[in-house]
Amino acid sequence: MNSIEKKADVVIIGGGVNGCSLAYQLAKKGVKVVLCEKKYLCYGATGRCGAGIRQQWSTKENAELAIKSVKIFEKLEKELGQEIGLRQGGYLIAVHDDKDMKQAEKNVEMQKSLGLDVSILTPDEILDIVPILDVKGMKAIGATFCPSDGHVDPFKTTHAYAKAAEKSGAKLYKFTDVTDIKTKNKGIVSVITDKGEIKTNIVVNAAGAWSKQIAEMLDIKLPNKPFRKEILVTERVKPMFKSMVISFKDGIYFSQQEEGQILGGIPIPNERAGFLTNPTYDFIHHMSKTLTRYAPSLKYVNVIRQWAGFYDVTPDARPILGKTEGVEGFIQCNGFSGHGFMLSPMVTKLLSELIADGKTSDILESLNLRRFNGKKIEKEVSVVG
Amino acid sequence: MSSKTFICRCEDLLQEEIEEAIDQGYTTLDELKCKLRLGMGPCQGRGCLSLARRILCQKTNKSTEEISLPMSRPPVVPVSLGTLASDEK
Repeated sequence: MNSIEKKADVVIIGGGVNGCSLAYQLAKKGVKVVLCEKKYLCYGATGRCGAGIRQQWSTKENAELAIKSVKIFEKLEKELGQEIGLRQGGYLIAVHDDKDMKQAEKNVEMQKSLGLDVSILTPDEILDIVPILDVKGMKAIGATFCPSDGHVDPFKTTHAYAKAAEKSGAKLYKFTDVTDIKTKNKGIVSVITDKGEIKTNIVVNAAGAWSKQIAEMLDIKLPNKPFRKEILVTERVKPMFKSMVISFKDGIYFSQQEEGQILGGIPIPNERAGFLTNPTYDFIHHMSKTLTRYAPSLKYVNVIRQWAGFYDVTPDARPILGKTEGVEGFIQCNGFSGHGFMLSPMVTKLLSELIADGKTSDILESLNLRRFNGKKIEKEVSVVG
Repeated sequence: MSSKTFICRCEDLLQEEIEEAIDQGYTTLDELKCKLRLGMGPCQGRGCLSLARRILCQKTNKSTEEISLPMSRPPVVPVSLGTLASDEK
């Protein structure tokens, strides 16, 4: 890694799963791609996330993106020739009261109309899927369950995309900081990094929680806010359940990993936006309390680590994708609000088609930045963590 | 040390596996952690991180001061969920 490329068709800022996947998709189409990552690949939200892939959403766009993404994940190992650690043990979403049930029924109906295999479970059926749960303790009157939801390893996936991208000719530069983006007549002409200047007409802003700062270089205001989100992981214990368990009401999610660890997160009350990274006692206490209420037998299991990452949160909890009014060649790929990993296959496929083939789609149009210009927005309500 | 020496005992990592990852371009301890789960077991890297750092120094011709350790994460020792959930002070 001596001197940086002087010229590229596209410069992607951010080496998370979306940046690396997009680099791969574009390189495969013969586009000359350079990716700049300030730290190392997976440093941000990708490497800190809960690794779940879920298709059960309340907005049609998210559900559609997620369903198509899972179809891509299912074939990805073969395509990239590398392991990605896909396990489809399902997602069990707790339903706590009649109001919850109404939303669940509405969601399931919409998801079924998109062809998803998803159903509503009775309390007894919950125990068939996750026997360690205490249905009374978690105050559940039912649940929704989709068997093809599950997990993918974010490190393996991102590294596999990165290797495949490099094989197709993309150049990935880690520890490379983008300090400015130059324009001429409202169009991008180059990207300035601490390793040198790269001439390009297209920049993709895939910088996760730092996307807002990148956009500010071009005087574009993104509505995104960074929120600290914490996770803990336990020692390895014998396999007990395969499904992810989540509750929108309590905000908790937890699952058992392939190797036996229990991993999960929950928001701490009154968390404010900002770049705080320190792990908190409030979290570990609140999480342990809620987790042992959901699954009392876990109280003897040891926690070995807690950490924090950022959700890049938009006002409607849906991503910002596609072109930017006012700056020619500035493409957004951020604002994932905690769901960037699971939506990445389809998001990057659509963006690669937009960039390489000039092809847009209804989903890209509805998730464009311009939706925040005074219009009423439809908020994604199925959010945890 | 031979190439079959265990470096990270929690995650079953051999010296040769660490060397191979360095050759593939994972040249910081953080990246080795992401790639191999180095130091992510119950001991949280107490034994392996300094050994892995020495291997990194040798392979990349850097001094130990130039190679920073990954962020240490709480708790310092494993603590049960039951204890952490308790409201007793």
